[in-house]
Amino acid sequence: MPRRPTALLLAGLLAGAVQAAPSSLVVCTEGSPEGFDIVQYTAAVSADASAETVFDRLLRFAPGGTELLPALAERWEVSADGLEYTFQLRRGVKFQRTPWFAPSREFNADDVIWSFRRQIDPAHPWHKLSPRGFPYAESMAVGELIARIDRLDDHRVRFVLRYPEAPFLANLAMGFASIYPAEYADRLLAAGTPERLNSQPVGTGPFIFERYEKDAQVRFRRNPDYWDGAPAIERLIFAITPEPNVRVQKLKAGDCQIALYPRPVDLPGLRRDPRIAVLEDEPLLVAYIGINTRHPPLDDVRVRQALNLALDKAAYLRAQYGEDGAAPAAAPYPPSLWGSDPALAGWPHDPEWARTLLAEAGHAQGLKLSIWTRPGGGPTNPNPGIGAQLLQADLAAIGIQAEIRVLEWGELIKRAKNGEHDLVFMGWAGDNGDPDNFLTPNLSCTAAASGENQAGWCDERFDALLREARRTTDQAQRAALYRQALAIFHEQAPWIPLAHPREFAAVRRDVEGFVISPLGTNNFAGVRRTPASDPE
Amino acid sequence: MLSFLARRLGLLIPTFLGVTLLTFALIRLIPGDPVEVMMGERRLDPQMHAEAMHRLGLDRPLHEQYLNYLGQLARGDLGQSLRTRESVWSEFASLFPATVELALAALLLACVLGLLAGTLAALKRGSILDHGTMGLALTGYSMPIFWWALVLIMFFSVELGWTPVSGRLDLLYDVEPVTGFMLIDTLLSEEQGAFLDALRHLILPAIVLGTIPLAVIARMTRSAMLEVLREDYIRAARARGLSPARLVFVHALRNALVPVLTVFGLQVGSLLSGAVLTETLFSWPGIGKWLIEAIGARDYPVVQNGILLIAALVILTNFVVDILYGLANPRIRHGR
Repeated sequence: MPRRPTALLLAGLLAGAVQAAPSSLVVCTEGSPEGFDIVQYTAAVSADASAETVFDRLLRFAPGGTELLPALAERWEVSADGLEYTFQLRRGVKFQRTPWFAPSREFNADDVIWSFRRQIDPAHPWHKLSPRGFPYAESMAVGELIARIDRLDDHRVRFVLRYPEAPFLANLAMGFASIYPAEYADRLLAAGTPERLNSQPVGTGPFIFERYEKDAQVRFRRNPDYWDGAPAIERLIFAITPEPNVRVQKLKAGDCQIALYPRPVDLPGLRRDPRIAVLEDEPLLVAYIGINTRHPPLDDVRVRQALNLALDKAAYLRAQYGEDGAAPAAAPYPPSLWGSDPALAGWPHDPEWARTLLAEAGHAQGLKLSIWTRPGGGPTNPNPGIGAQLLQADLAAIGIQAEIRVLEWGELIKRAKNGEHDLVFMGWAGDNGDPDNFLTPNLSCTAAASGENQAGWCDERFDALLREARRTTDQAQRAALYRQALAIFHEQAPWIPLAHPREFAAVRRDVEGFVISPLGTNNFAGVRRTPASDPE
Repeated sequence: MLSFLARRLGLLIPTFLGVTLLTFALIRLIPGDPVEVMMGERRLDPQMHAEAMHRLGLDRPLHEQYLNYLGQLARGDLGQSLRTRESVWSEFASLFPATVELALAALLLACVLGLLAGTLAALKRGSILDHGTMGLALTGYSMPIFWWALVLIMFFSVELGWTPVSGRLDLLYDVEPVTGFMLIDTLLSEEQGAFLDALRHLILPAIVLGTIPLAVIARMTRSAMLEVLREDYIRAARARGLSPARLVFVHALRNALVPVLTVFGLQVGSLLSGAVLTETLFSWPGIGKWLIEAIGARDYPVVQNGILLIAALVILTNFVVDILYGLANPRIRHGR
């Protein structure tokens, strides 16, 4: 069909897409980083744009796993009492050279000490300069744990702890333990521009930060001097695309090569596309309903068990996460984590048994409860409205009349801490691959006292097991202790464990070497592109 | 004229105070605690929470916080974002050009097509063309922006692949922001083809944002034109045998434009509010998207001062339009 010249011109103008140079990688990410001084921030998207690119830590997690590997520390020794950790630092590690900083020396013990003392020592000149404080270091009480850090020589440091803490090494691989150049910090402070640490980051990591355009893109180039070998990707670009369907469309159009966190509903379409591969993994996530054990009659274990028996978990999972979007949960952490119990099956869906238990507890006439949930969805609760309604219907079937209350997230957390709820939808993301990271913050007696344990549940036997496990360094012994703790958790039913959501990423076929991390962060240092394998 | 100016200026200060009070009160009335939102699913013990509130100055009584805020404004200090530590002014200044670029493109589209459609409809009054255009204008006016945007994306970007899905520029082009206006910056850079790419990115968002003003302008033009065409001087000109094109586009349109132009002042406000949705849908890095994210994060300084800056803009535009109108029309300036 002959086209008119104007149509031709228009088509010519519209159709000329740029061909991607294979040395560049564009990733469609889900949000804007809050900043680049990672110790101030908690969002995974901020960690991806700083901790995973610009920075390194003493230890790191194996790609796609939770195993600990040496990084800036080549090896370490732990004293017999578990109180002293001596690290041998890697030699010849260069800090990044950027237009705003030219390092005059290589990485050494001073940088390690600066990076930790800044966060835990109130007398440190940089401590007061963080307007938001140091959320991870504070909520994990790192300042109480570390008694002091000794500089043994240029390449050896010793951390002295106040009490033994088994997850300590894993904590050192987390984003907040990133190592900053002390020399750069000194220069910024001398120049009176400490806020540049947040906008012009410098580290030892695989990628050098180039530029951030707010809400649009973050640009990096490869660090040619990276101690672990320069990345194959020369330019790494994060295209900030908060809408999940837009991320998928851009991936299909070739505007990016990796789209993070597609929605489960988009997966069948993506799987049919020959140009695209869908990756999936089970991250360290748990979705649960906290049962407020301080509100009678929820202090009665039979009532809590009845609630667990009432929920049709399979229907809940299908409605909430789609087919294959999540695995049912029986415990506070996923079965992929060490220290889990494969035999623990969780409570079945058995309304008959639930009614019997309720009657035994003296509530044959029924009960009234409140269900609390948030308005917008998150990874652990993609569609809070529907989830709460399903629970409401299942409870009605055993004679419990439940009222749904939707509260804005910050307000929900605050009031749940005060213990005003009966049942509350919650989630937790593990960030160091240790079971303690799930149990102590959410289910210990300390957490019950501060309100962070929304079940308000404090069980002496359970708590003693957690304490013992923290003070043990042998992982097999610890795993056995956690299995005992899980049995108590199951029997006492302070939660209705819901699901371990799966995590997805869609990548173009020409992308090689990208793996999803169970810790919810994304690292692109090992990615390469092979143009030949991308059938257009 | 001077007293008219003074009266108008005198109104500005209470208006601004009203805006500050409203934004201050509204963002605090919405339940939610910035420290909790910052921490996400991590949890703080109450003492650390209190320390963080203190650090941010949020533990003081509300009236004190408000007075501090006014004092800060009086010193010309717009504060720092709680989330990013960047100054609110520098964030606004870096994002505003993107919004202006989009709004100008939308306005240009709306004017050209709106004037054309309105004029044609007036000339062919009562015809199918007239009913068709006005029907379309009404549809455009009532169309929900988010739905309209998705329809366009599905058709032009996904089905046909003509336009990009979102953003301002293909990110493989490395264009440093100089002016913040992508069309200018791409011309200043050495990247081949970047300008055309930026233009392609602008098309869909401009259509979406321009749809409502287009409909308004088309309808205004039509009725103004009908009025003008009935005037004696048009009939006289027609009698003198002027060519119809010259008659309509030079004589009639020029006079019909006067009431249409006053609509412009009012469109600034609706363009900015429409930009909030359009920018979110197209991942367009402007102030609309910035404000939405700030509200979600309870970033008090950004919400308060971002809205204040936008309000200032709308108020000033209307002020200028008022003055121009007063200059053109003495009856207005003498308060009748």
